[in-house]
Amino acid sequence: MSQLDDSPVNPEDRWLLRLYVAGQTPKALHAFANLTKLCEEHLQGNYEIEVVDLLINPTLAKDDQILALPTLVRKLPEPIKKIIGDLSNIERVLVGLDIRPLEPKNR
Amino acid sequence: MQNLLKTPTGIKGLDEITDGGLPQGRPTLICGGTGCGKTLLAMEFLVRGATQFNEPGVFMSFEEKSEELTKNFASLGFDLNELIDQNQLIIDHVHLDPSEIEEAGDYDLEGLLIRIGYAIHSLGAKRVVLDTIEALFSGFANEAILRSELRRLFRFLKDQGVTAIITGEQGERTFTRFGLEEYVADCVIFLNHMVNKQIATRRMRIVKYRGSAHGTNEYPFLIDEQGFSVMPVSSLGLDHPASSERIATGVLRLDTMLGGKGYYRGSSILVSGTAGTGKSSLAAHFVNAACARGERCLYFAFEESQNQIIRNMHSIGINLGQWVEQGLLQFQNARSTLYGLEMHLVVMHKTIDQFNPSCVVIDPISNLIATASESEVKSMLSRMIDYLKMKQITALCTDLTSSSNSSERNDINISSLMDTWLLLQILEARGERNRGLYILKSRGMAHSNQVREFILSDEGIQLRDVYIGVSGVLTGSSRDNQEAKDLAEALDCQQLIEMRQRDIERKKLAIEAQILALNTQFESEKDDLIRLINKEKLRNDTLLLDRLAMAKLKQADKPSEPLPTLTNNQLGDSK
Repeated sequence: MSQLDDSPVNPEDRWLLRLYVAGQTPKALHAFANLTKLCEEHLQGNYEIEVVDLLINPTLAKDDQILALPTLVRKLPEPIKKIIGDLSNIERVLVGLDIRPLEPKNR
Repeated sequence: MQNLLKTPTGIKGLDEITDGGLPQGRPTLICGGTGCGKTLLAMEFLVRGATQFNEPGVFMSFEEKSEELTKNFASLGFDLNELIDQNQLIIDHVHLDPSEIEEAGDYDLEGLLIRIGYAIHSLGAKRVVLDTIEALFSGFANEAILRSELRRLFRFLKDQGVTAIITGEQGERTFTRFGLEEYVADCVIFLNHMVNKQIATRRMRIVKYRGSAHGTNEYPFLIDEQGFSVMPVSSLGLDHPASSERIATGVLRLDTMLGGKGYYRGSSILVSGTAGTGKSSLAAHFVNAACARGERCLYFAFEESQNQIIRNMHSIGINLGQWVEQGLLQFQNARSTLYGLEMHLVVMHKTIDQFNPSCVVIDPISNLIATASESEVKSMLSRMIDYLKMKQITALCTDLTSSSNSSERNDINISSLMDTWLLLQILEARGERNRGLYILKSRGMAHSNQVREFILSDEGIQLRDVYIGVSGVLTGSSRDNQEAKDLAEALDCQQLIEMRQRDIERKKLAIEAQILALNTQFESEKDDLIRLINKEKLRNDTLLLDRLAMAKLKQADKPSEPLPTLTNNQLGDSK
């Protein structure tokens, strides 16, 4: 699955990812596990994951326009991207995060 | 057994047709097409809840941003910012853009629930609006998840104990495009915005209301500067009070015709007639009399402006302007084509509620009828009339009939609703048009069955008896003519009698003179006879004396036999 050679990821970029969950639900744990695995594979440690529990900070749901949980938000690099779900569909996550285009081709 | 608790909406009319409001602690679905007023109804529910019932509300907007909402509702007189500042209202705009969101795996809408839950708890909200939650269907691709989450959402709202309004766009064959009615089963209200003959009418219907009685009809409603108003004439039955108080018609002679006292208070009066028969003038008299008694009057004019009516009524000596200045009379002028019949009635309803008059004039009611189909008219007007009767408002409606038809035809629809029906008719004869007034009916009072001639003079309406004679009913100058003719005939007759009387008198005198003459003649003849008798007697006496004297001379014996005499007396005397 790892196709680093044609990845559009700029190694200079710093990745800030925020994962919104509500408590330690199975879906949340799943999402977190999937995310860390994926980041390790594709971003080589050049990333930061922030987990936001809306049960603790409910106002953030409004401020960040969160509806579905879990939601992964790519804060950096710009622009902001949103991916919802437990991130079990790696393909979609990679597309969503712009780590890799849907059709394998160079930008 | 506990009755279903209800949350009053505070919206005019809606609480009446729902028998108290929306089901408390449950979601209500409001559906309808675009622009039918769903968002407005939902927002007004919150605003009225906050301002009238001290129940804070949460507005979850899936379509419009809160700034847009605030701006839109400012034009309806709702200051949303103020309510937000007072912690009476939260507007939460839920931004949905499917292009920004990638779905990767299983998810739920817990985030939305947390948002709603947080908003409810931060205000202690009792009312929640989701407008329109169907936007979720365009925001998320996985419909299976969405549907199960919606079910969870509604359960969540019930658990929170909030009364919620969910709006939904009308679908092709279903109430909502995505079948929301499946989840919200307690109360469904359907809004409709129909255009008929280029006139748009908004209507509302309660499709279902579990566990509660409710009006089942389509009710027209109005959206204006004061928000929503529904015409709440659902449960009006025929149980309105009937006053036996009588009020003057404003025309003395008409009072006399109506059993001497005028109309009943709270009754409905129809004045029908062709153009120019004086319907408005009769209405103005009625208004004038009511205002003079110090009662409030509302005048709905669909043909003339206020100033025009006041000016025109001046010409028959009625000053309506003074009552307007005193605040006893209010005109409500609108072209009948401005909106549909139902809208007119809603507006009238609202105005009546605000002004609280004791008399209402609708001039003319036929204009309203023209804007609607015949089937609607009766039901709508009967609701209106019932409403007026319920409030004990005397209503005078004028009705313009077209001259080509029988004047009694057009009104089959509404005449049965009316208690008193006056007919003004043009009586045309000999190149002249005159007005006649009939009382076609007047329930519950003795009334004249005769036609009266109706004259508009400087001092207002005068009613005169018409001439009814061998040549039919005559009015106007023909009547005057005929009366003059009658007078002349009578005069002739009088003169003839006098002449005869004089003749008789003369005859009597002549006869008396004749009698006198005959008497005189008789007397003279009688005298003659007496004279003759005396003469004869004298002659006899003389003869006797002569004979005696002769006998004495001849020395003769006493006569042996008596001499023939003329009278026994004379003979006896001579014995």
